[in-house]
Parts: sequence; C-alpha cells; structure tokens
Amino acid sequence: MSDPQLKPVGLPAPEALALLRDMVRIRRFEERCADLYGQQKIRGFLHLYIGEEAVAVGALHALGPGDNIVATYREHGHALVRGVSPGAIMAEMYGKQEGCSRGRGGSMHLFDAKTRLFGGNAIVGGGLPLAVGLALAEQMQGGSRVTAVFFGEGAVAEGAFHESMNLAALWKLPVVFCCENNFYAMGTAIERSESQTDLCAKAASYNMKTLRADGMDVIATQAAMRDAVAQVRSGAGPVFVEFQTYRYRAHSMFDPDLYRDKAEVERWKTRGPIHNLSNRMKAEGSLTEEAFLAIDAEAIKEVDAAVAFAEAGTWEPVEHLAHHLYTVNRAETAR
Amino acid sequence: MKITYREALRQAMHEALAADPRVFLMGEDVGRYGGSYAVWKGFLAEFGPERIRDAPLSELGFVGTAIGAALGGMRPIVEIMTVNFSLLALDQIVNTAAVYRHMSGGQFSVPVVVRMATGGGRQLAAQHSHSLENWYAHVPGLTVLAPATVDDARGMLRAALADPDPVVIFEHAMLYPMEGELSPDWEKADLRTAKILRAGRDVTLIAYGGTVCKAQEAALQLAAEGIEAEVLDLRVLRPLDDATIMASVGRTRRAVIVDEGWRTGSLAGEIMARIMEQAFYELDAPVARVCSAEVPIPYAKHMEEAALPQAPAVVAAVRQLLAKV
Ligand SMILES: Cc1ncc(C[n+]2csc(CCOP(=O)(O)OP(=O)(O)O)c2C)c(N)n1
Ligand SMILES: [Mg+2]
Repeated sequence: MSDPQLKPVGLPAPEALALLRDMVRIRRFEERCADLYGQQKIRGFLHLYIGEEAVAVGALHALGPGDNIVATYREHGHALVRGVSPGAIMAEMYGKQEGCSRGRGGSMHLFDAKTRLFGGNAIVGGGLPLAVGLALAEQMQGGSRVTAVFFGEGAVAEGAFHESMNLAALWKLPVVFCCENNFYAMGTAIERSESQTDLCAKAASYNMKTLRADGMDVIATQAAMRDAVAQVRSGAGPVFVEFQTYRYRAHSMFDPDLYRDKAEVERWKTRGPIHNLSNRMKAEGSLTEEAFLAIDAEAIKEVDAAVAFAEAGTWEPVEHLAHHLYTVNRAETAR
Repeated sequence: MKITYREALRQAMHEALAADPRVFLMGEDVGRYGGSYAVWKGFLAEFGPERIRDAPLSELGFVGTAIGAALGGMRPIVEIMTVNFSLLALDQIVNTAAVYRHMSGGQFSVPVVVRMATGGGRQLAAQHSHSLENWYAHVPGLTVLAPATVDDARGMLRAALADPDPVVIFEHAMLYPMEGELSPDWEKADLRTAKILRAGRDVTLIAYGGTVCKAQEAALQLAAEGIEAEVLDLRVLRPLDDATIMASVGRTRRAVIVDEGWRTGSLAGEIMARIMEQAFYELDAPVARVCSAEVPIPYAKHMEEAALPQAPAVVAAVRQLLAKV
C-alpha cells in the first residue's frame, strides 16, 4: 500500500533504481574519501557532496552521453555518475599517475575527455564562461550537444556569473546553468551575501527561463533538468535551474563548521535524498530492504575496488613534471 | 612591397578566416565599429556577425567564452581592446587557458589566440598606457608574442593558429600606422626564435614590441658616432630564445635591454639574469637596461616622453657601457 504522505515516484522501477544506485555510490565513495583523508592517503582540499547527491544524479541522468559537463571542486559525484572510472577518480585523489588527471589535479580537478567532463574547476564561477564557450562552439558547428555547468550559489555573486548569463541569453546558447544552492558559501550564508536571495528572480532578469527544484528529491531534480534540457536542445536558449539542497558535512576537511546551527543540519538530514527515494519506492513496492542492502553492498564493493586500484597505482617520475604543459613538446623544462 | 602594420594584420586575419571555418574573431567593437584601431573595417560585411562577433563589455566573460569555444572545437581569435582591460580577463587566461592541459593530464588543449594592443606613447594617461607583457610571459602554458615588424604582423597569426595551445599576441598601439617593407620571409614567422634586425659588433640592443623601433633609432645615431649596434627583436616573449640572445651577446660582449615595462620585475630583468647565467664570461661590461620610469604613465606629453624608454636614453646607456671598458 502506498503512503498518502509520500509523493509518488512516478518513474518506471528500473529508472528509479538507477537513480538510487548512483546516489548510494556517491555516498559510499565519499564516506571512504573522508576516512582516507583521516589516514592521509588523500591530501589537499577535499570537498564532500554528502547530502547533495540528488542534484548531480538527477541532473546528469537527464543528459546524454554527448553532452558537455563543467563542474566545480565539489565534483566527485558528477564524475562518478558521468561514468568516469571510480578507480581513476580515487587514484587521482591519491595523486597517482593512473588518476583521471594523471595526478596533476587531485580532488578538485577531475577531468575526463571520454565522457566530456571538462573539469573540476576550483575558481568560484570560473567554469561558467567556459561552459558558455563550449555552447557557442556547439551552436557555431550546428551540433546538438547541451552544456551543463554546475556552480554553487556563492558563484552568483561573481562577475563571471553575470557576464556568462548575459552572453548565453544574448546569443541563445545551448547551456543549462545548474545552481547547486546549498545556502552556504564556506561560512557565508546566502542572506549575508546576496541582496536578492531569490536566485531565480535574479536569473530571470537576464531574460532567461528559470526553474527551481527540490534538490533533496532526485525525482524532482531529474524532472526539472529534463525540462531544461529539452528547452535548451530545441534551440530556445539557455535555462537557469536552481537546485535547493544542503551539505551535511563541513565545507572542506579544514572547516570546523562553526557558522551554522546543529539543529539546522539535523533538520535537513531528515530530508536525506537517499531515504527520500528509497522510502517512496518501498511504499510503492518497487524496492525491498534486501534489494536496498544489495545496492549498498555493491557500492561498497565498488569503492573497495577503487581503493585497491589507487593503492596499486604508481607515482609519475618527477622527470615528467613539464609533460603535458604544451601539446608540442618543447625543450623548455620545468626549472 | 611597403605596407602598414595595420594592413599586414588585416591580410593575416583575412587569410585565417578564409582558410578555416573554425576561425572566428570575437571582441568589443570588432564588427560594426570596425575594430577600435580601425583594423577590421569591412570584415563584418564579408564574414558576417557570427564570425566577426561583437561582444558586450565583459572581458572575463568573452575571453572565457573563447577558451570554452576552443575546447569545443573552434579556433577563436579573441581581441581585448588593450592590455589595460585584459586585467579583467586575467583569471580566465591564467587559471583556465594556461593550466587546463597540464592539470587535466594532457586531455584538454586550449587552442585559443588572444590578441591585444599594448603600450603608451599616445597621451592616454595611466589607465590606457600599460605594458604588462611580462605578466603573461611569466605564465607556463602560454606562448607570448610581440610582433614588432610588418613581417610578424603578417606572419605570426598563422603560426599562432597552427599552435594547439593558448597564444597571447601583443600589438604595440604605436605600431598600427607604421610602414615597413614586407619581406618574403614573413611566411617563415615562427613562435620560437628571436631575430637580428641589424647586425653590429659593438653592442646588442635587445628589444621587443614598441621598443624595437626605438632601438633601431638608437642604432642609427650610434652608427653616426662609429658604434655598431646589433638590434635583436625578441619577437617571442615566452619561450625566450636564449640561444639567439647568447650568440649575439657572445659576439658583441655587451648588451642593453630596452623594455617598456617597469624595471622592477621586468622582462629586462629576466633577460639580464639569463645572460648572467649563460654568458657571464663573454661580457666586457655589465648588462644595462632602459625601462619605463616607475610611475603611472602621465598624460602631459613631455612627462609621458620622460617616463617611456626613448632612443637618446638607449644611446646614453651604450656610451656608458663602452666608456667602462
Ligand atoms: C574566485 C574564488 N574566490 C574564493 C575562493 C575560495 N572558496 C572556495 S569554495 C568557496 C565557497 C563557494 O561557495 P559556493 O559557490 O556556494 O559552493 P559550495 O562550496 O557551497 O558548493 C570559496 C569562497 C575560490 N575558490 N575562488
Ligand atoms: Mg554553496
């Protein structure tokens, strides 16, 4: 019997299962990342997506394999869902040459040409002009790829955001602006940084269609993204989608998380994206507890394999320091 | 054949647009207005608004857009009116274009050409007279060019477009109306070598961009005094052509670097350091440099002239070097 309190899933069971599986994959992967950080296997900045999984999963499931993705430094989830090998992602975080960026990028700079993942960009707002350019190239070449660019609500205060929104709308470019609004930019709450906290109102001033989705509900994020992608692919110009979400963990592993109420965090946790979907599926009879546990076990197995791959990975010789600086190799050395 | 620097740029751009449908020109007022230095008159009518693309006042946005378009398979030439405004786009050039290939482990090259006018000399005051070529030449991942002759104005763009990585081209604003003889050598323009424009045995004058003609002027004056100055046009500011520099200095045993940048942290300083490292024992005198005075470039004509490197200062520096022997 379905619970009248719960929204219907509204998707065929295999599709809903695929969404659930990807959210669990990200969760398990990142929990392990946090452990590995504690063990100092992973160093540098590490930004976890835990709590926000429904955004990347819903959004990326609405895109095709030919589409372009531009993401931020909080992009492990995007890379995993996009199909980048978990081993290559983990090896990248270890700094091994088997990493998806040959160990030169780390957690914040996952790249994968095969799946058209154009980074992992750690300049807040830096990916937006890039995405506009990818879309311009597509328009000029008469192709049908859509470019999806992800950025936090913090980026909305950057000039790059406004310049990119204007250019994309002015030239009717095929780009979906995916704003992952988790209400904080490091320790700065949105009310303390935006004169207008209604981000869709802000985006609409660029003469662009806007959508707002519950970012804790993967069915909603996917539906909004499907809408946006359909409009963009039809040639009607860019769309701005605001996904309202929340990060359960600190901004990065360096963040003592002193700027928000524990009660607020707990409140958002009651809306967890994984349970949100699994509860609804169970209520509708498309998921059993055993099936859920099997998905979880499989995700853990995938992470184990990724860690084993990263552990077995090798260090690039330092003599290669200047490799890949220029396409045409030069006598120029790194020193 | 004599042509102007501006005409040479026009021919180069025309050839590039005609040769490759992936090439397009984007920037503020490149279309309707005809280019802020009147270089692109007629291009909009011939190539259309898609490929002669007027951009809004969004240096960060449209330079980043050009970088993205390059990643997406196009061959954009993005024009920033002047180096002064390029500071608003510096983030995209330094944090994206220059690093993407290396940071992605070789997966993503960025074949973008960024061109801009640079330099002072037109009484435009501090905010329109900067020479910041060294800021860009500092950055690994970029190739930085300073065409100072009609040959390079004609030839360098082709070479830049053939390069799969980001290339930044600086055109000194005083050069656009300059006339010069276009030699058949223009087709050999490369992105690696410096060039000796005038041979001489007594001293090497090392210059680039807008200071090349000042070095040549100084060489003429020195010749009248019986001093034979060699004039070396750097052409390429990154990578610097150490071999040509050291060979010349090895022959003349003296060098004066003429650089419109401010002395502190200048390219001139970098070249001096390299000569120290590689040719110290060839020298008969300490290397000297003539740079801009360390002030914002002033408006008043006499003050601006005093601030920028001029031929008489180069002549004086050479005399001093020779006197020291
Ligand atoms: C241009 C720039 N300024 C500052 C920073 C430092 N910084 C890194 S993440 C961050 C907060 C960004 O918040 P938001 O865009 O909301 O993304 P979130 O981390 O919440 O996903 C800041 C200030 C940066 N990386 N880039
Ligand atoms: Mg945020």
